[in-house]
Amino acid sequence: MPTFQLKINGASHSVEADADTPLLWVLRDNLDLVGTKYGCGIAQCGACTVHMNGNATRSCTTTVANAQGMEITTIEGLSENGDHPVQEAWKDIDVPQCGYCQSGQIMTASAFLENNSSPSREEIRSAMHGNICRCASYNSIEKAVEVAAKKMN
Amino acid sequence: MKTSNKISFSRRSFLQTSALASGGMLVGFNLFTACKEDVKPPVDLSLLDYNDFNAFIKISDEGKVTIFAPNPEIGQGVKTSMPMLIAEELDVAWEDVHVVQGKLDTKNYTRQVAGGSQSLRQGWTPLRQTGATARQMLVNAAAAKWGVSASECKTNKGVITNANGDKLGYGEVVKEAASLEVPEDVTLKDPKDFHIIGQDISNVDIDEIVTGKPLFGLDYKQEGMQYASVLRPPAFGQKLESFDDANARTVNGVNDVIKFGDKIAVLANSTWAAMKGKKALKATWTQDSKAESTAFHDETLLGLLNGDKFDTRRKDGDVIKAFAEADQVLERTYETPFVPHNCMEPMNFFANVTTDKIELVGPIQTPAGTAGQVARMLGRDASEVTLEMTRMGGGFGRRLYGDFALEAAEVSHLAKKPVKVIFSREDDMAAGIYRPAIKYRIAASIKDGKLTGYHLKEAAINGNMYGLIPNFFPAGAIENYQVDTANYKSNITTGAWRAPYTNVLASCEQSFFDEIAEAMGVDRIKLHMDLLENVKRTTDERIQYSPERLQGVIKRVVKESNYGKEKDVYQGFAVYYCHNTHVAEVADIIMDNGVPVVKKVTVAVDCGIVVNPLGAKNQVVGGVIDGIGHSMYGEITFNDGAPQSNNYDSYQLIRMLQTPQVDVHFIENDIAPTGLGEPTLPPVGGAVANAIYKATGKRLTKMPYMNNMDVEPVVG
Repeated sequence: MPTFQLKINGASHSVEADADTPLLWVLRDNLDLVGTKYGCGIAQCGACTVHMNGNATRSCTTTVANAQGMEITTIEGLSENGDHPVQEAWKDIDVPQCGYCQSGQIMTASAFLENNSSPSREEIRSAMHGNICRCASYNSIEKAVEVAAKKMN
Repeated sequence: MKTSNKISFSRRSFLQTSALASGGMLVGFNLFTACKEDVKPPVDLSLLDYNDFNAFIKISDEGKVTIFAPNPEIGQGVKTSMPMLIAEELDVAWEDVHVVQGKLDTKNYTRQVAGGSQSLRQGWTPLRQTGATARQMLVNAAAAKWGVSASECKTNKGVITNANGDKLGYGEVVKEAASLEVPEDVTLKDPKDFHIIGQDISNVDIDEIVTGKPLFGLDYKQEGMQYASVLRPPAFGQKLESFDDANARTVNGVNDVIKFGDKIAVLANSTWAAMKGKKALKATWTQDSKAESTAFHDETLLGLLNGDKFDTRRKDGDVIKAFAEADQVLERTYETPFVPHNCMEPMNFFANVTTDKIELVGPIQTPAGTAGQVARMLGRDASEVTLEMTRMGGGFGRRLYGDFALEAAEVSHLAKKPVKVIFSREDDMAAGIYRPAIKYRIAASIKDGKLTGYHLKEAAINGNMYGLIPNFFPAGAIENYQVDTANYKSNITTGAWRAPYTNVLASCEQSFFDEIAEAMGVDRIKLHMDLLENVKRTTDERIQYSPERLQGVIKRVVKESNYGKEKDVYQGFAVYYCHNTHVAEVADIIMDNGVPVVKKVTVAVDCGIVVNPLGAKNQVVGGVIDGIGHSMYGEITFNDGAPQSNNYDSYQLIRMLQTPQVDVHFIENDIAPTGLGEPTLPPVGGAVANAIYKATGKRLTKMPYMNNMDVEPVVG
């Protein structure tokens, strides 16, 4: 199996995997970074969202080969102490129900707020539309992104 | 049922304590059923075997409290709210409480289940008794130390005080307390003295969730574990004829291919290799039983409704006579589809079957039942099975069924290795245990301006409405009333889906009541309020809804939603009782280029005392949006037994832009609490359909509504 060099959460990792292996499974199975979740495998639900060079990216359809050379951030590396403004807002609002999709929601929201620090409600709703929450915590997600935006300003 | 403060119970039936060699006190308690009399408490924490008890309170010498939460957590919040009940009566500060998921106890426990919105309702008294008993023992210990009467001691947030101004922390008397007799009478708090119940308490796993810590079944791994991807028959009614695994075995990382029953498992070093290996399998399938399609189901269920082979589930008066004598008879047929559960965490389970034990780990709503099934399947004794419950990425009923755990156990048994079975999303949606397709025909008779008869017929796949559902409103309100059910046994697997049966029945009936009110020329709200008057003096024990409480939620929702007076929106109303909770809802919609958009839903809920308002609101809002999503968009169809959707590019779940704001109002009272995981979902489809009628003049009688309006279907 070929070896790939990945830069994840500021650290370098050398992983052996087939070139077509999605980054998602390398994170989860090879590197024990299980905060990034599997939901659909076809970039439709957003549970696997990570940052690549700062952009929200679906790790289930990004191959390990294409992830080489990128700065990858996962939920585990979003902040050192779980205190990124988006994580703080998620706690303030008590967003999660089952909690499974929330790392993907947080990664989508945090990348979005980097590019738009004072979004409107409609911009928040559009930005979060790609992430499914089966428990339907959407009202809380919307509110938490607003709270996070205020914290970041 | 009002809450009662003074409760007597037998100590043997309820609680046992022991001092811990390492310090502190352990209280083993039983939540819903009596402990067997021969159960002895463990004496040393290091010897603690959680199978001996159902759950525990542990108090350390420092006064910190650990509460072991017994019930499976699927996102309904019981891992937070059940320990809140204990902590309240124990009278400790919530900040000093640490909650740990308890393990399965197959010996002494009968309801370690997440289902039916029953955890809080059934836990309300026993959990508070447990906390109150432990508190009383701590007080008794302090009183003995001081040489004063226990009755003059008080507690507050883990500190005991007496009339002389002396103070002792729980941790300072915990050793003495553990050796005392268990008191048989304890006084529970007056609800006005609650300082934890009724407060907004965050999800106890929140820090782990927002930082991505391993919590869920899919996150669990063990050294040497094989990832297993399973190929199952592609259509219901098919079985495996033959297969060729030559290509699968050449996939990097694949270690083994194992046939079991009509399924084939590919075992590999990684999830991806297992999934790739499965795709490389070649299999041929034969038709074993009927290949059913959606058109066949539609025809069959309509045939049942048109026929005369029904079981009568409730009969009051004579509907046939009422209909014959009526000035007007209304009749509608409502149609609802199969839907999958679509938990965000696909089904998965870990099993390690060895000659001396069976270890199971994973997300399951029915741990005890599943452990028993695994033991029976493998011909082993139930005592050999341990089951560790992980947090669940959703349940919605799907995880009541342990098929995936049985698969893991069988594959592990055959492979002689620890195995984790992982469903792909496609597996999860296509190997479902679906909400069954159901059709209803409802007829009503009107005479002299009065509703004189109501006849509900149900034709459903595989099962019918159960329990007291035939006695829900309007049973008891109408003189001539009848509920009949009929059934077709299909080879498509079906099961409980969040609020089984009522999840579609409520919407259909609440749409029909809109038509009844229109035909009678009376205000919809007045019709309900008047019908509920008829129920107030009922002595029928099958009627468990409270007409007063239903009237209460109706009045509240009308006020809060400004029902009938809002400009620029179309408002639809619905009210329902199920899972012991009373709910009324008003949906506000607008039309955007012919497409209905739900902007807001106002909800009034009477669930008695609201234990954790923060978590309760999450449940109410989630139930409402879930109900809108599935009544507007949810449908899985079949062609020759094969499911026609298998992932989110062909199946629509509600997403952010389709989501309304949900405005929640709880009725305040001191009545014992009831559950919230399900009851806000069923009526909302009716509220939406009634609003769409006001906007378009079209009565929607077939779910999902968006597929049955003249608008483009939405996916994504």
